[in-house]
Amino acid sequence: MSIHDKKYAERIAAQFAKYPTKRSAVMPLLYIAQEEYGWISPEAIQEVAELCNMDSTQVKSIAGFYTMYSEKPKGKYWLQVCTDLPCALRGADEFYEELKAYLEVEDGGTSRDGLFTVEHVMCLAACDKAPMLQCNFHFMENLDMDKMKAFIEEKRAEAKKHEE
Amino acid sequence: MHILLRAREIPDIHKYDVYVKNGGYKAFEKALKMKPEEVIDVVKASNLRGRGGAGFPAGVKWSFIPKNEPVKYVAVNADESETGTFKDREIMETNPHQLIEGALICAWAIQATAVYIYLRGEFWDVAHELDKRIAEAYKAGYIGENIQGTGWTCNVYTHLGAGAYICGEESALLNSLEGKLGQPRVRPPFPAQKGGGLYGEATVVNNVETLTNVPWIINNGADEFKKIGTENSAGTKIFCVSGHVQKPGNYELPMGVTLRELLYDYAGGPPEGRSFKGILPSGGSGPVIRVNDTTLDAPLSYEGMEKIGTILGSASVIVMDETVDMAWAASKIIKFFKHESCGKCAPCREGTYWLDKVLDRIMAGQGSLDDIKLIETVAKNMQGVTLCALGDFAANPVIHTVKQFPEDFAKHAKSPENSKSKKPAAKQKAAAGD
Repeated sequence: MSIHDKKYAERIAAQFAKYPTKRSAVMPLLYIAQEEYGWISPEAIQEVAELCNMDSTQVKSIAGFYTMYSEKPKGKYWLQVCTDLPCALRGADEFYEELKAYLEVEDGGTSRDGLFTVEHVMCLAACDKAPMLQCNFHFMENLDMDKMKAFIEEKRAEAKKHEE
Repeated sequence: MHILLRAREIPDIHKYDVYVKNGGYKAFEKALKMKPEEVIDVVKASNLRGRGGAGFPAGVKWSFIPKNEPVKYVAVNADESETGTFKDREIMETNPHQLIEGALICAWAIQATAVYIYLRGEFWDVAHELDKRIAEAYKAGYIGENIQGTGWTCNVYTHLGAGAYICGEESALLNSLEGKLGQPRVRPPFPAQKGGGLYGEATVVNNVETLTNVPWIINNGADEFKKIGTENSAGTKIFCVSGHVQKPGNYELPMGVTLRELLYDYAGGPPEGRSFKGILPSGGSGPVIRVNDTTLDAPLSYEGMEKIGTILGSASVIVMDETVDMAWAASKIIKFFKHESCGKCAPCREGTYWLDKVLDRIMAGQGSLDDIKLIETVAKNMQGVTLCALGDFAANPVIHTVKQFPEDFAKHAKSPENSKSKKPAAKQKAAAGD
């Protein structure tokens, strides 16, 4: 397991080609590392630092500054629910409470089956389609709990099938 | 009439063929036959003002770029993170080539060597689509080496942020692009100056909506553009309407349209049986206004919003009806700014922390009337003393909401008659985990 793996070589080279400095590729490379490890692990930090000619402390500070890099392992589906003012005016707080209750988790927690990590986030620029969330960086909009329950159970069934 | 949201009339305009069939890249070809300074003059004459919030004249910004530097950049601000803003996303999803064309015209005007489009990380899908559109323009010979035989070379790249409001601030955006923490820089030097821009080179930073106007201006001329809107606010503006209206969404209208027209004629009015109470015309960062006949009849223009004590900003209109407790709304916005403060300047970092803490106390029914004075004092001490505008933005929701809706704060304060029946405000505390 490593981002030095051949399968990433082309993508990493394409990122370095975009910028006059290696350091500028730190953010795109952190995304690739997160894809490989599932989170920004110590190995991920080390590998990105080597590739970008940076100190690992500097890379860690970048990973910590931005919310889309996860500094701890998380579920297969990372559900980031917007509860900011415009979404809250359209029921996002109640939606988020119900979602947490259904998955039996606290804010930032992962469901017992290890599939879903949920947290609330700040405005995602989809205020006219609230309640909404991003699932592994893809937007899901105009949600209600019926849609969410169907989604969750579908993913649970998929995971179960995969196990068998 | 749509200059920007043309997909409303031409649904497939995001496709290269459809865009070209509808006059796409003609403005860029026209600009390439003009001298760069002539292009700047047209944009200057059009009075196009920055649509990201500050309203700075785009042509003037371009004219600051030194002519003889060998390396210069255009950075497109597609970070769109202001609470209540979702216009740049629709432009990039439905009319991406017009943004690319506008950015290329800007790049020609300042003789830039590269264009970086900085998208917020959450625009993951948008960025990947945009990469395909850029590849199409590259294949057509509008991007790359020796563009259209002019001998000028310019490349266009996307760069994804990773979740930080502050990166919409231009100097923080440049730091983030350089692989540093997204924190604002000390200015001067400004981005347009040598030493102040990307990698130390002179750089124009413009918002998506601003640049997407440019092809239309080159095609139709500055005078035609000035015929739309008001004297000081030329052109159309995309108004992002969210919150308590029947039809939330983006509405592109000539500037000068009144709030009443926007909210009733386009957004369908308040929910059945309710009335409007407060409006944030510029998202979480601008002053709130109380809804009455004077404010409803105010024109949505830079000068019109100033007259009623607020700003047009990025025109993210958050609408709240009579059911909203404005103290709760203020505390929501403070939680946003507390989370998004980059931590570099103490007044903003500490100020947002304490505002949030004291507001939580007030909302829980544990605060006193003195606490309301306290948050005003804290907020006032954050104004004008930080490197970027975030400190001021974060002070606004408190200062203006307390001023406009004092009764909504006072009702939470602990007093002999209030404290008898007071229970913690459970609903408002929801999702307040930051």
